Amino acid sequence: MKNIDWKTYEAGKVWDELIDTENRPRPHGEQLAKLLAGMDADELASRQTAADLAIKEMGITFTVYSDETQGAIDRTWPFDIVPRIIAKNEWDTIEKGLKQRVLALNRFIDDLYHDQEIIKAGIVPQEIIASSSNFRPQCVGISPRFGIWAHICGSDLVRDRDGTVYVLEDNLRVPSGVSYMLENRLVTKRVFPELFEDYAPLPVDDYPSQLYDTLAALSPRDIEYPEMVVLTPGIYNSAYFEHSYLAQQMGCELVEGRDLYVDNDDCVYMRTVGGPARVDVIYRRVDDLFLDPEAFHPDSLLGVPGLLRAWKAGKVALANAPGAGVADDKVVYSYVPDIIEFYLGEKPVLPNVPTWRCMEPEALADTLANLENRVVKPANESGGYGMLVGSASTKKEREEFAKRLKQDPRNYIAQPVLGLSTVPTIVEKRMEPRHVDLRPFILSADQQQVTMGGLTRVALRQGSLVVNSSQGGGSKDTWIVPIDKE
Amino acid sequence: MLSRVAENIYWVGRYLERAENTARLLAANATLHLDLPRGITPAWEPLIAMAGTQDLFEAQHSDYSEPEVIRFMLGSEQNPSSILSSLRAARENARTIRDYMPREAWELINKHHLDAGERVEEGLSKRGRHEYLKRIILTTQTLNGMLAGTMNHDQGYHFLLLGRNIERADMTTRIIDVRTDGLLPLENSGLQAFETLQWVSLLRSLSAYQMYRRSMQARVRRGDVLLFLFQSADFPRSIRHNLCNIERSLKTLPNHESAIRILYQVKSRILSTPVEKMQCTPLHHFIDQVQIALDRVHDEISNAWFLPPH
Repeated sequence: MKNIDWKTYEAGKVWDELIDTENRPRPHGEQLAKLLAGMDADELASRQTAADLAIKEMGITFTVYSDETQGAIDRTWPFDIVPRIIAKNEWDTIEKGLKQRVLALNRFIDDLYHDQEIIKAGIVPQEIIASSSNFRPQCVGISPRFGIWAHICGSDLVRDRDGTVYVLEDNLRVPSGVSYMLENRLVTKRVFPELFEDYAPLPVDDYPSQLYDTLAALSPRDIEYPEMVVLTPGIYNSAYFEHSYLAQQMGCELVEGRDLYVDNDDCVYMRTVGGPARVDVIYRRVDDLFLDPEAFHPDSLLGVPGLLRAWKAGKVALANAPGAGVADDKVVYSYVPDIIEFYLGEKPVLPNVPTWRCMEPEALADTLANLENRVVKPANESGGYGMLVGSASTKKEREEFAKRLKQDPRNYIAQPVLGLSTVPTIVEKRMEPRHVDLRPFILSADQQQVTMGGLTRVALRQGSLVVNSSQGGGSKDTWIVPIDKE
Repeated sequence: MLSRVAENIYWVGRYLERAENTARLLAANATLHLDLPRGITPAWEPLIAMAGTQDLFEAQHSDYSEPEVIRFMLGSEQNPSSILSSLRAARENARTIRDYMPREAWELINKHHLDAGERVEEGLSKRGRHEYLKRIILTTQTLNGMLAGTMNHDQGYHFLLLGRNIERADMTTRIIDVRTDGLLPLENSGLQAFETLQWVSLLRSLSAYQMYRRSMQARVRRGDVLLFLFQSADFPRSIRHNLCNIERSLKTLPNHESAIRILYQVKSRILSTPVEKMQCTPLHHFIDQVQIALDRVHDEISNAWFLPPH
């Protein structure tokens, strides 16, 4: 059976993370490329099968909704065994940039719900906030501990053709994926142990204890073991696996809305076998609008009546704080470099992708004229829904999208089509390049912490740039590898 | 612990036990089949009656043939108490509380359910059935051992035991019921000689044959068998033994008074009733009462500890 031959690997016109334009492995990937080249294709395929089986048996799943079956399906998590490697020195810069960015974003959110200095200074226009679907007037004047609103942030990074790493978006509401990052490492260790003989990727498994410390720092009661819970919408949520995983790893209860209630003393209690037990910190994985039927959607069954009241009274901490999503808006994203300069007086370490705000007439005209070469995204959607990838669209799709753009320009931004970098991926016993992104997670409370790497998502369909698991994406283990100075 | 979690783990215990007992019952019926003289087959209808699923079965089948009954009890998706449905329900309940149980246990429950589904055709074939059922029983036993050996023996564990023991007591009564009545066409058939086989089969359905022999040191007789299965203090599937286990678990939980009260009532009925002398009809009636009492214990557990309904 034939072995992998990197000479015939067609990296294409974009940046490949492992193999350079002359089909040589990059320095940090030499050992990996050599090891893979020493295996025949059948051997490699059998490793992949073993990984798929392990994932099925470990019950690593995500839930998708399907029109065909009229319901939710619990699907196993697609995983490719070839890891994505990033050199530690490059990672250090990325980590610094992420901390800077999330710190500035938290200052920004806090400012928006207080004096709005940044608007008074004329940096961010008032109407963006006024028209943001994620600005919560109920939160004005509230001061969460440490001034932090987004305690858990997942920022998506992509690498363009020339190797530059850009921030594509910041997820400040209920970002998911971190459990898959942790599980991917476990699976790789199970099925590909010999990889770890030549490499010592920095460990990722501190995350649950870092998350625990972050949440514990928020407790309104000064006690040694605050009662912390993970609030999930329930078993049919796409990220249910992650919710239960994190609760298990942190040793705290996984609760649903019906497990909790707010009493007359404004404290939150959970219903236990031994009677009510007070809750100090809620890591909520339920969207703002479903959190509390008294304050938001009156018909939500997922939430807890009175929860916002309890939070405002300082009797319980919510992570992330309600209203943090205002900075999730993709129009706000376009201002992040200015936001960093305004609050921190620093230049951004990590660049934004050049972004046209369609609310500005010139930008709209330019976008409409160049739709084929743009990615156009709605300001407040996540999961890759409702966007147009110009280069991969039909004329009809572009015409329809143009109509929507003209109707509601405030709700859209446009960006150039980036040449997302690729990583070799096993496709029918062959190595083929597939596009990837990277989602690191940033924790903020009394201090900041960044995951070692993050979740690499990969678009498994040839040529596809959409990495979301709901749309045919999979994932890879991500290694941060120290480079020996020789 | 959370009331909702207590409820889910209780049902994990019940569904796993239901799958295992159904597997034992089917295995014993298949063995009995082989022991009987040619031309005489054990009736399959009572097996369906035992689970209270006649209406469902008759809606889909015209007669009680062996392959149809086996398929229905083993692999039917429509039958909520088939082995496969029970394992699916156990897995779904475990999934809602997978943060609560040891990771290995969740993985085994998940695999147990996947395997049972993938190999179902094996279970339906005569040749593969024995192995299939044996695997169901063994995996469930492995799981019980794993949970006993790796999970904190805290309140959650006692809810698991409560579910398991209530289901086991209930299944034991159902199996006695179906095995003492209408299994063989005995009257005026010249088959009295085979009556012993019927009692051996009942014991086998509960994996009780060997322990009966050791404990009763008697040949297999109706009265002794009934006495053993209702009142043995030592045999882990006897009704009495299960009630004692339920009592022990209840006492570890707060606010157990009303549940214990009902339990004491049924326990004293079990110990004071001369089952060995009862004929078919009174015995059947008595078993009904025990089942109703077990339902009441369940209701009390639910009232005391589970989430109030919406």
